[in-house]
Amino acid sequence: MRKTAYPYVIWLGIFIVIPLLLILYFAFTTGDSQNLSAFKFSLDNFKRFFTPIYLKVLGRSVNLALISTILCLILGYPAAYIIAKEKVRKRNVMILMFVIPMWMNFLLRTYAWLTLLGRNGLINTIITKIGFQPLDLIYNDKAVLLGMVYNFLPFMVLPIYSVLVKIDKNLIEAAEDLGANKTTVFSKVIFPLSIPGIMTGITMVFIPAVSTFIISSLLGGNKYNLIGNLIEQQFRWTGDWHFGSSMSIILMIFILITMALTSKFDKDKEGGGGGLW
Amino acid sequence: MRNRLIVLALILTMMVTVLAGCGEKKPSINVYNWGDYIDESVLEDFEKEYGIKVNYSTFATNEDLYVKLKQGGESFDVIFPSDYMIERMIREGMLAKIDMNNIPNIKNIDEDFMNLDYDPNNEYSVPYMWGTVGIVYNKTMVDDVVDSWDILWNEKYKDQIIMLNSQRDTIAVALLKLGYSLNSRNIDELEAAKQELLKQRPLVWAYQGDEVKDTMVGGEAALAVVWSGDAVAMMRENPDLDYAIPKEGTNLWFDSMVIPANAKNKEGAELFINFLCRPDIAARNADYIGYSTPIPEAVDMLPEEIRNSKVAYPSDEFLDSIKLEVFKDPMDIITEYDRIWTEVMSGQ
Amino acid sequence: MVNKGIKRLYTFLIFLFLYAPIIVLIVFSFNNSKSRGVWAGFTLKWYIELFQDANILKALYYTILIAVLSAIISTIIGTFAAIGISNMPGISKKIVLNLNYLPVLNPDIVTAVSLMVLFRFLKLDFGFTTMLLSHITFCVPYVILSVLPKLKQMNKHLAEAAMDLGATPFYALRKVVIPEIRPGIITGALIAFTLSVDDFVISFFNTGKGVSNLSIEIFSMTRRGINPVINALSTLMFVGLMIMLLIIYKRTEKNEIEKGEVR
Repeated sequence: MRKTAYPYVIWLGIFIVIPLLLILYFAFTTGDSQNLSAFKFSLDNFKRFFTPIYLKVLGRSVNLALISTILCLILGYPAAYIIAKEKVRKRNVMILMFVIPMWMNFLLRTYAWLTLLGRNGLINTIITKIGFQPLDLIYNDKAVLLGMVYNFLPFMVLPIYSVLVKIDKNLIEAAEDLGANKTTVFSKVIFPLSIPGIMTGITMVFIPAVSTFIISSLLGGNKYNLIGNLIEQQFRWTGDWHFGSSMSIILMIFILITMALTSKFDKDKEGGGGGLW
Repeated sequence: MRNRLIVLALILTMMVTVLAGCGEKKPSINVYNWGDYIDESVLEDFEKEYGIKVNYSTFATNEDLYVKLKQGGESFDVIFPSDYMIERMIREGMLAKIDMNNIPNIKNIDEDFMNLDYDPNNEYSVPYMWGTVGIVYNKTMVDDVVDSWDILWNEKYKDQIIMLNSQRDTIAVALLKLGYSLNSRNIDELEAAKQELLKQRPLVWAYQGDEVKDTMVGGEAALAVVWSGDAVAMMRENPDLDYAIPKEGTNLWFDSMVIPANAKNKEGAELFINFLCRPDIAARNADYIGYSTPIPEAVDMLPEEIRNSKVAYPSDEFLDSIKLEVFKDPMDIITEYDRIWTEVMSGQ
Repeated sequence: MVNKGIKRLYTFLIFLFLYAPIIVLIVFSFNNSKSRGVWAGFTLKWYIELFQDANILKALYYTILIAVLSAIISTIIGTFAAIGISNMPGISKKIVLNLNYLPVLNPDIVTAVSLMVLFRFLKLDFGFTTMLLSHITFCVPYVILSVLPKLKQMNKHLAEAAMDLGATPFYALRKVVIPEIRPGIITGALIAFTLSVDDFVISFFNTGKGVSNLSIEIFSMTRRGINPVINALSTLMFVGLMIMLLIIYKRTEKNEIEKGEVR
């Protein structure tokens, strides 16, 4: 029966392993990107990255990703908790309603924020009608943060929700029987049990957040070059595949480190709902 | 029963895929052009007249185009690079010579646009559109006189300024502001330009491409660097807008149609190029996109307001009075341009 | 109770946040003006324009075609792979699983770029084939991740028992294993379909010759300028989704009543 896996193993080899090896190869060489034989081994690409300008970009990406993750956690946990406490029928509907926007095209939804946040957009039109000064809501880092939280919030809510829902009600009853009040039940029983969900959520938000380039490009007016933007630029505009590959490797390593840190808490590697974006 | 349905579905899907592939048997050309740079109904007319399907896709900057071509994996039959990019592509052997006998309509093009520096014997390119670069501004939002690139560094207009998301054009603005040539190959001058752009960053609201049209028409910003054709299109939709060419000088540019060396349908390409040089077709394009056509007969066919537009068709005296530079291929210094642009875009 | 009021308010605000852009998109799809903030009257003209826009329709066609094909192909590959993997010895299983996990972990831009380099290296022409291959590559891992748990839950000895009773391995597979893991297969197929429909980055870097999907079209439209045709498109997609969900909801309700299952 195990022979059935072999076709896929070959597929993995061709479409996942070899491409990554190619990227590694590009990262450690310099030369004309299109002329394979002219490559020379070099650490230049990495050296070039480890200069203030580019490290700042990495820092900015990590910073934004961290803040979005924390915001998603702060906003998402209560939401997951409230929905999980509802009766089965109602909470199924509610969680479904949470998921539906995820099925709409993510570019469209991000782009719709332009209509809301623009200088003459909907929010400002309402604000000025009430009599306030229009706000500057677009093409700045707040807009980028908003875009990230908006896109990734469901990825935080879903794992936490699915863990909360599976908590054995008997445990809560037992705690209450032993005299615990609501706060203690939460802090000593519910919260600790929900940590695997939190960890999954953090992973599923942080990774796309640190590598996105679309949100920063659409909502940030191309002013917030994140590492994703840098990689995209090297491969699309500049054609310097070597530099782009080295940054991809750095990004991957970064993410692997993050995964290693969070996997200490996450014993259940079933993948949950998958990284839908 | 259910199994049979699944098998049927699989067969149907496979048939659809095969048919989708087969549908490509009709002769076709792959055209790669700037975004918003043609009247799409023109493509339909071409297909009807010649029975050749046009696979049309767009790029945003010359650098995009170059990288796409260099990376290979896709062959195009007609592309629309600008002056300096044509120079570079000729030098690198990326273009095929065009048999001008197959382009009889080339006689419609004004002498002034033939045999330009980037293609001295006019063997590789046929002019498509031309124009200038300048500042489009909202008269109700700007009370200073707009006559110098300096205004884009004026603190008063913080967050009201839009720069082009295009490497050479934006670096050129900084170079011109400092009084240098926009074809500078002097690394000190380039670094100085970079510093200027980094200094300007806090004042820039966004670096935009085609979106700039909507932004300015919607009155969301006061000043933007744009190509002349876009200015014409914008001014048509918002009468509060005006266009000015700064006194330090600006870029005069030409976009031409060329055929890449690895084109699969050279014949179709030449038919297409010839088609676009027909005065009525050129007029339709020029009218729709607002840019300036090098075909005098087509200009005559344009509606009065665009024909007489000083933005689209500035007078010869005006053109002579201002320092106009055409971009040249930066050659080896291109890596410095790339590096500087990446650093400007990554700045704080 | 104050507590309940706060909970209600909070939930309401969160849902408002989630749905605000969608509502805006829908409302402005009927706006008789290109402007972003001003309402100029009701119109259906953007819907009409949508159906005349060859680019969008072509993109829609490719999006669905590729999604259906990737879903089917990756489900087949993934299911067989999962069955094989679950029977592998410890070390090889771990290696394969970790490799399989890579496209899930990797930021999409790295996957996109690495595939692009591969296709270039193999001197393939970018187009429909490369886009399809890329989609299958990132879909299969999710199918495997959906099917494996079901295989774990299933009683391993069922297949053995079937073969003891004279069934060929293939027959045992068809009649015993697959029905047991069917929910996992269906979930996997659905996830694959969803991922493929919504993909942007990987498709963006690995397509050509005018083969574009909906996300790429939308992206180029955002570059060109706001066109309410996008709003019309998103409204239709939303309505389509709602209808699909309603159908699924009604069918599972029917199933629940018939089978007496609790969902």
